[in-house]
Amino acid sequence: MNDYLLPLLVFSPVIGMIMIWLMPKTEEKTLKQFGWIGTLMPLLISLFLYQQWLTGVSLSSYQIKWNWIQFGNLAMYDDTLYTIDFELSLDGFSLVFILLTTVLSMLAALASFYIKTEWKGYFLLFLLLEIGMLGVFMADNLLLFFLFFEVTFVSLFFLIGRWGYVNKEKAAYHFLVYNGIGSVLLLFVIATLFVRVGTTNIDALTHILNVGDVALLAPISPFLTDMLCILLFIAFAIKLPVFPFHSWMVRVHREAAPPVVMLHAGVLLKIGAYGMIRFGLGIFPEQVEKLALLFMIVGVISFLYGAFLALVQTDLKLVWAYSSVSHMGIVFFGFGTLNDAGLQGAVFQAVSHGAIAALLFFLIALLYERTGTTELNELGGLAEHLPIFSGVLLTAGLAALGLPGMSGFISEFMAFLGLFKEQMLLAIIAVIGLILTAAYTLRAVLKITFGKKTYSMTWRDVQGIEYVPIAILFMVIVAIGVYPMWLGQLVQEDITTWLLRIGG
Amino acid sequence: MDMKTVLSYEWGAMMPEFIILGTAILLSLFDLFAPKRFNRRPLAWFALIGIVLAFVSLISLLPLAETSILADTFRLDSFAKASKLLLLIGAGLVIVLAASHSANDGLGGYQGEFYYLFLTALLGAMMMTSSGDLITLVVGLELLSISSYILAGMKKKNLKSNEAALKYVVMGGISTAITLFGMSYLYGLTGSTNLGEMSETMARVSDSQVLYLLGLAFFMVLVGLSFKLATAPFHMWAPDVYEGAPTPVTAFLGVISKIAGFVILLRLLLSLFLAASGDTFGTVAFLEQNRVFIAVLAGATMIIGNVLALRQQNVKRLLAYSGIAHAGYLLVAVATLGGGYFLLDTVWFYFLAYLFMNIGAFAVFQWLADANSSEQRFIFVGLAKRSPAAAVAMTIFLLSLAGIPGTAGFIGKFHIFLGALLGSTPTDYILASILLATTILSYVYYFSLLVQIFFRPAATKEAVRFPVSLMIVLLVCVVGTMIFGLAPNIALDFLHQHFGDFTDFISMG
Repeated sequence: MNDYLLPLLVFSPVIGMIMIWLMPKTEEKTLKQFGWIGTLMPLLISLFLYQQWLTGVSLSSYQIKWNWIQFGNLAMYDDTLYTIDFELSLDGFSLVFILLTTVLSMLAALASFYIKTEWKGYFLLFLLLEIGMLGVFMADNLLLFFLFFEVTFVSLFFLIGRWGYVNKEKAAYHFLVYNGIGSVLLLFVIATLFVRVGTTNIDALTHILNVGDVALLAPISPFLTDMLCILLFIAFAIKLPVFPFHSWMVRVHREAAPPVVMLHAGVLLKIGAYGMIRFGLGIFPEQVEKLALLFMIVGVISFLYGAFLALVQTDLKLVWAYSSVSHMGIVFFGFGTLNDAGLQGAVFQAVSHGAIAALLFFLIALLYERTGTTELNELGGLAEHLPIFSGVLLTAGLAALGLPGMSGFISEFMAFLGLFKEQMLLAIIAVIGLILTAAYTLRAVLKITFGKKTYSMTWRDVQGIEYVPIAILFMVIVAIGVYPMWLGQLVQEDITTWLLRIGG
Repeated sequence: MDMKTVLSYEWGAMMPEFIILGTAILLSLFDLFAPKRFNRRPLAWFALIGIVLAFVSLISLLPLAETSILADTFRLDSFAKASKLLLLIGAGLVIVLAASHSANDGLGGYQGEFYYLFLTALLGAMMMTSSGDLITLVVGLELLSISSYILAGMKKKNLKSNEAALKYVVMGGISTAITLFGMSYLYGLTGSTNLGEMSETMARVSDSQVLYLLGLAFFMVLVGLSFKLATAPFHMWAPDVYEGAPTPVTAFLGVISKIAGFVILLRLLLSLFLAASGDTFGTVAFLEQNRVFIAVLAGATMIIGNVLALRQQNVKRLLAYSGIAHAGYLLVAVATLGGGYFLLDTVWFYFLAYLFMNIGAFAVFQWLADANSSEQRFIFVGLAKRSPAAAVAMTIFLLSLAGIPGTAGFIGKFHIFLGALLGSTPTDYILASILLATTILSYVYYFSLLVQIFFRPAATKEAVRFPVSLMIVLLVCVVGTMIFGLAPNIALDFLHQHFGDFTDFISMG
């Protein structure tokens, strides 16, 4: 069983895909339900894994390794040379992101009930996207990671370009080009490492590059290592995204369908964070240490820049989009501090923003479904007519601005704690951003809920199944906010290992 | 040469060629004597049977050790066998395309010729892969070229087809002339046309004057063959010819001719210039010294092919430029010599992938173009609704052409890339970077076709029905593209098991 659980988890959405594929494309209701059911299987497996972890089972016992590709006819010299295995593994750090993926996928599938056309194609791509996301967080070598990464890339291109708002195709092209550049840079790094070292297994690479008692096929000069590290970080900075690589993400958030944005903001941006921490810190600890100050500065700039722009947007989607840029800035400088609190803050922020952004964009879906607009100027006074919706929106906004007791607070607090420890001055500047965050969130939320009344009697309040995503996401947000230890314990072991590599 | 020597040759080694030749002769005789009213289309299936038989006989020849007959002019070594496998698979798929061409594409009464000229062209390509002598090499090349000229002009009443044929003849003639001029130097320097003997003589050359002549010869041969490969800046003819020729012929030129072009290039480079020394002291190999010229060609080809493809509205021209770009990627493998380890593996695997994805794309295009009587991009509009299966197939081909992981095209590109990075000289890094940068460019035009297929609403909802024969081609191509993308070691292990490291080819003579 242990040998098959991880591949089963990665490919479990296939069951849903087959069910959908067998249905005629006119069966709207069944297709939507099958799409949702398809996300349950990975959710159950990931919860089972979490439960196993709680009972003390070592996650590494699920690791698998199957022969996959061998380049060149070199087996007679060394049969591991230039081989790439199909290897999946799991640790606490990746389990966090897998849980995030499975939960958000399930909720986004619920939110996809608002999709108006082409349900069959939509849910097929949706589940394909989930396979890609799950694979990314479990891949144990760089090429496999890249493969799953590109699965998300292709399926997202279609999801954005087909089921969004007016300028969706343009947004899809922006996504294509920016992420194309990102993935090509990543490929360059992967291939160079592969050629020089002969493997893409992450543990092996880490060991060989940092302990260095293995003869390399071709030596890697310090200069080359620095370059590879920088390219890797540019690739993930595009994905995350941090200033100045954020413009594609804003477009995607504005133009793509809300359920897609829920996943995009909730999980896909986190691939950037995951990659930086796992590969950046894992494979290039020395170089990361050299670049740490730069990371902190760029992170703070990103944080402030996103917050400033969010303050002047007139479209609610854009407010949340720039708020994502801003929050990813926190992840980036939290990572750059390279201390325990900062790294924990970065991981917490990644997860917390995943839940909060998914909630905010779910509310966008609800709002657009009722009012047909997300323009701040066209909305107002919803509190009177849609009291529950307005209450939820306000609470979600408060979570985003970091109200104590919710997940946003604990993650920002820890990231700032880390930053104050490393760079006092930078931290003092960054604190301005916290005020801005409060300002833009409240401005947007209050504009919609209070002020001039613009509504029609046909708009109904939150009802029925719509409570499910709201309730679950609030539970996650509050659970992290009130008792962050459950998340902290999952990642602590990995963080300690990484920090040891830098310090020791 | 008396009868006894002739009979003592291992003629079995030429079996695939004999089968193709025999089928071509039978078809031409049948076409000649059959009454005019007789439908020529079934001849395609007859041609396909010939190709399949040749393939089977080639498979049975695989265990045969390196064999050479006819005074070493015909060699069946690992390289020849590996290339012939590709040629026969490709030709088999293309002939089904030809059999499925629709009635209104202007071939008129020339269907008979259409099929057996494919076979003679294929025969030429196969002879080239096996030639151990400059004479047979050129004869094979000309057989392929002349058959292709006629094929390109097959639509007799179509102005563009006429233009294509004429352009092709003129350009092809020039390129052959330049190649032959270069070869004449080689003959002058070595006094032989046998590749083995030539390489022995060339390995001993150290006089700077002679080396200069050798460089000149190398240059001319390279330029001449560049025309054939349609690499920039000698690519101008390709889009026009591709556009004018009937679609199955375009597929043939884009795949089979391209494989044949690389075969002749590799044979000349590896058997002649690899052994020669690059300077008077013999410290640097000739190819090592001069590969920068190939690198320049590769870089220019990738950039020009991809940039010009961006602007094409005609899908056939788009595929032509995409073919030019792919020739550029392959030249990267040649220019970097695959980092010293991977060259032949890489080229072989890339062509295997290219064959499936390109012929598949041409198959979808051919039917849509015939159904709409147009070759513009809009013929793909709404394909997702009108024929979901074809839309998915086309998506897989386009993703593979773009080099997205999970497809054979990615593994091929990654292989080239590995070879380039393994070289680790500045030239190699520049080439690798151009390869990556142009790959992003190629995303734009491949994905723009996907946009037509999936995003644009169709004018009619009427289903497009593909004939069964084309569906089979699509199926084979999809399976090939996916299998070799997800489990490339099926092909790579086969290659290593049967051909090892191509040692008998590299060390010929």
